[in-house]
Amino acid sequence: MSEHVQTFTEATFQEVIGAASTPVVVDFWAVWCTPCKMIAPILDEIASENPDKLLVGKVNVDENPTLARDFDVMSIPTILVFEDGLVKHRIVGARGKPQMLEELAEFL
Amino acid sequence: MSGEIRDVIIIGSGPAGLTAAIYTGRANLGPLVLEGEPSSTGDQPGGQLMLTTEIENYPGFPTGIMGPDLMMGFREQAARFGAEIQTVKASRVELTNGPPFGVWVGDPTAEEPTHCARSIIIATGAQALMLGLPAEERLIGHGYSTCATCDGFFFRDQDIAVVGGGDSAVEEATFLTRFARSVTIIHRRDTLRASKIMRDRAFNNEKMRFLWNSVVTDLKGESKVEGVEIQNVETGERTVHPFTGLFVAIGHRPNTGLFEGQLETHPNGYLKTVPGRTATNLAGVFACGDVQDDFYRQAITAAGSGCSAAIEAERWLEANPL
Repeated sequence: MSEHVQTFTEATFQEVIGAASTPVVVDFWAVWCTPCKMIAPILDEIASENPDKLLVGKVNVDENPTLARDFDVMSIPTILVFEDGLVKHRIVGARGKPQMLEELAEFL
Repeated sequence: MSGEIRDVIIIGSGPAGLTAAIYTGRANLGPLVLEGEPSSTGDQPGGQLMLTTEIENYPGFPTGIMGPDLMMGFREQAARFGAEIQTVKASRVELTNGPPFGVWVGDPTAEEPTHCARSIIIATGAQALMLGLPAEERLIGHGYSTCATCDGFFFRDQDIAVVGGGDSAVEEATFLTRFARSVTIIHRRDTLRASKIMRDRAFNNEKMRFLWNSVVTDLKGESKVEGVEIQNVETGERTVHPFTGLFVAIGHRPNTGLFEGQLETHPNGYLKTVPGRTATNLAGVFACGDVQDDFYRQAITAAGSGCSAAIEAERWLEANPL
């Protein structure tokens, strides 16, 4: 995981989302989820290529079950995009990089 | 496009595609493998085994091996023999005017193909079928799932159901009993089609229930699954069961969209090959693995046919110099 991707936890989540000046892309994942592993490097690249436009972070659902429940995450990977503290877009399931960029286009 | 004409391009990276890559790599054919892009449906790099857990019947692994670990091993072995593996999806192929054959990546309307090769090995596999209910678009990822290993964790202590009666349905249901309070198998017949070992496991599992002669007709709930409407196929009676999760394992369809109108298929959509061989109706184009096999559909048979395709391609290239 590169320096461009942060780790969010239940303790820090609200603060980070509230304080962000850019859209925040949150990747809900777990170590046992293969599709999650496949998209990790893609999100890493997107984060590295857009350091001023997006804040990208990961939530481990095993360690943060309350966050997963609060946002109705019942399938991983689920990627939520927050703007002004609210969920603006939800991506369920793995995507290739071109499809991921398409889904995120309105925030870039 | 590079202008270079390769010996062989392999489309797909499950057991069939990567075995073909190992063999053509070792034969110094420098295969290009288009392994696909991440997805959660069964057409991702590594193929359907990437969405499984433990494989107990792959020879050589007496205590079993995790599906993703097995596929990482295949991939590493292919790379060791010089296979060039690209994490991209083929968007178009031109097989009818070859060889050389053209393969596009990215914009399929581009005039020139991205890659050209004297032979093509197709190993695009198959992916899980959905139920085709209007409600499933709304509820996928919200209690409706095709991937037990991805989503089972979210159904801890809940009552959930699995649709299907074959090996993969029983395997998913058995896996889900680790998390759920109960798992009900919904099957349209009155017996399981699954193998005896899987059936015994299911019948001996205290958390497992069965709804025979039953089909799913609707999913209830606006933002998540709150119930499943089930019709008894004998009486026609419909009842809503309060399941909060529904997993689907009702079979597969071959990933043949790329080849429509170019390659012959069986009436059920699977690619047609010469009986006992991997040659398609077009010389120089070979098909292996689940895209041409609706009968065995095992990792080991897919790997075996990948080997066959590599050997057939190698001999064909020798006999047909450009």
